[in-house]
Amino acid sequence: MSPLTDKGKKREAKKPDVKRPEAKTVEMKKPETKNSNGMKASKPEVERSLRMYRRMLMIRLFEEQVNELYTRALMPGLAHLYVGEEAVAVGICEALRDDDYITSTHRGHGHCVAKGAAPNRMFAELLGKEAGYCKGKGGSMHIADPATGNLGANAIVAGSAGIATGAAFSAKHKGKGQVAVCFFGEGALGQGVVYEVMNLAALWKLPVIYVCENNMYNEYTHFLETTAGDILSRGPAFGVPSESVDGQDVTAVYQVASRLVKRARDGEGPSFLMCNTYRYTGHHVGDISREYYRSKQEEHHWKTDRDPLKLFAEKLIAQKLTDAPSLVKLEDEVRAEMKAAVDFAIAAPYPNADKVEQDVYA
Amino acid sequence: MPELAERAIERELTFAQAVREALAEEMRRDPTVCIIGEDVAEAGTPFKVLSGLVEEFGKERVIDTPISEAGFTGVGVGAAMTGMRPVVDIMFGDFLTLTMDQMVNQAAKVHYMSGGKWKVPMVLRTTLGATRRSAAQHSQSLHAWFSHVPGLKVVLPSTPYDAKGLLKTAIRDDNPVVFFEDKMMYKTKGPVPEGEYTIPFGVADIKREGTDITIVGTSSMVQVALGAAALLDEIGISAEVIDPRTTWPLDEATLIASVKKTSRAIVVDEGYGRYGVTAEIASVIAEGAFFNLEAPVKRMGAMHVPIPFSPPLEDVTVPTEQTVFEAARKLCGKA
Ligand SMILES: Cc1ncc(C[n+]2csc(CCOP(=O)(O)OP(=O)(O)O)c2C)c(N)n1
Repeated sequence: MSPLTDKGKKREAKKPDVKRPEAKTVEMKKPETKNSNGMKASKPEVERSLRMYRRMLMIRLFEEQVNELYTRALMPGLAHLYVGEEAVAVGICEALRDDDYITSTHRGHGHCVAKGAAPNRMFAELLGKEAGYCKGKGGSMHIADPATGNLGANAIVAGSAGIATGAAFSAKHKGKGQVAVCFFGEGALGQGVVYEVMNLAALWKLPVIYVCENNMYNEYTHFLETTAGDILSRGPAFGVPSESVDGQDVTAVYQVASRLVKRARDGEGPSFLMCNTYRYTGHHVGDISREYYRSKQEEHHWKTDRDPLKLFAEKLIAQKLTDAPSLVKLEDEVRAEMKAAVDFAIAAPYPNADKVEQDVYA
Repeated sequence: MPELAERAIERELTFAQAVREALAEEMRRDPTVCIIGEDVAEAGTPFKVLSGLVEEFGKERVIDTPISEAGFTGVGVGAAMTGMRPVVDIMFGDFLTLTMDQMVNQAAKVHYMSGGKWKVPMVLRTTLGATRRSAAQHSQSLHAWFSHVPGLKVVLPSTPYDAKGLLKTAIRDDNPVVFFEDKMMYKTKGPVPEGEYTIPFGVADIKREGTDITIVGTSSMVQVALGAAALLDEIGISAEVIDPRTTWPLDEATLIASVKKTSRAIVVDEGYGRYGVTAEIASVIAEGAFFNLEAPVKRMGAMHVPIPFSPPLEDVTVPTEQTVFEAARKLCGKA
């Protein structure tokens, strides 16, 4: 799952053969490089790029640990990994302020990390520990964190469409320029509530961005078998401007998101953004045999030719913002960070059973 | 070889296989029976209950839907009114909330409101049950909600044998039937004879005879009740375990007769205790066997909290063999 080679574990196994130059932590190599428009990249732009790369890497390596916890039977229940979709959460959240809101889904770890959650408390939640973001009550599918504007992940498909729109309603009322982002998979397009709230948001010009992560599969069914007509024509029927973006290109996602967020902050109302992406692994960690619904070649194509981290790494290196050894070092650093976070979670205590009746009411 | 012959009679199927066999038999018997739901075809549902059906009956009759529970349940209602017998699949019982208008205001009322002119011969199959570490939106047991609504029938099989016989009855019934399967039970094996049989609604099954106390269990809680009964046996308490099998229609007579005999009763159900199935059954018993009761009827259900994710928390939310055993012992004055 490593962005630089194809599989993190393989590379690790080969470690002794790889000669690693002593590299500094990732940093700007030359302050004056060219950005995607061929213009000179400014210092904040460079910092942004490196920050986005690191965040994507954090998500990838977070999920690597989750899978490990599952296979070692250390995690109760299941988890839905975000691997392959990192550029979406990171590109969108990079355009947000800390006090902007997000709502998330069953496949929500990436959104949490991108919005600034701490991996150790996330892992603690995944293991049902008291130190977790929800004191162990929510688990993988329900991480919520007011400090980072995370209204919570939702295990009901489209379950957060109303909540995100309601957050935009209150943002408009409070007048501090906050926006709300509603993340959902293309499967949620089947739920009527999505269209009810898009209509409301358009009527009331609410600062909400509906971010559809189109990874092409509703569980085990291709979205073309469940989705009629043209997805991007749905929003305009309500007067909600809609567009799509390459969800594997973090810069592209960030740029569109910045524009849509600005629009929402300026009081121009809701928008709909479809990010075309792919989940590398199963619908959940236990979904191992997938050939009956998608081919190995397809998975291989996305992993090798369309990997968001690899694509971004190549770009950063080409722009001379970093170099390969620095990225390898960064990967080691982040992996160590994730391992430490897991260790924290494993060592953390479970809640006492008497906590079960706490928190039912405010 | 008597052993082999015996084994042939005592064929064992898992709960999931029994459900699948009932569906397959009814689909062969009646071409208007079809299955509608998310990932029901090639995937055979996430629980793999329906695996193989699309291969036999094709995509015209085993139909994958978008994630539109309200929409496709409504389609089921309309199709049922006009000549089909749809079996609508709602993956997790928690998603029933999305079907409520279709089930409660439409399906349940069509026959009555039309003065008996239209009927809705549809089955809604779904799941219940906690302890799968799936947290609050994938663990609920919401059968009480449907049991509350006139016009719906509610079925809660607790063994592979009952699942098969009751599902066949549900499909042939001319009313909307909500059929709850305990998702923790899909891999449980039990005897299911070869060949055709159905089980009528409204007939409780005495799963174990006893004389000192009646334990009424539903669905997932029948095994718990039987486990508790075995523990009680060791301390000299003889427990009778009764499974009503359908919460509506409800076999009140069997419940009352049992408690008249034993004079004590516990009702165990995985739904919430408050305003739940246990409340209804306890009151049926209290009304029908009041003068024979030697102790108040005890109710045991899910704790009145959203089901938590963390294992040590989740584990205390549902009744167990041990908690039922303790409660029964106390009720019998042997604490
Ligand atoms: C209302 C509802 N119906 C069904 C499910 C079961 N389910 C969980 S995830 C999923 C597929 C979701 O697909 P999509 O929205 O595209 O998100 P992805 O998993 O691809 O990220 C389904 C059907 C659910 N959680 N909620």
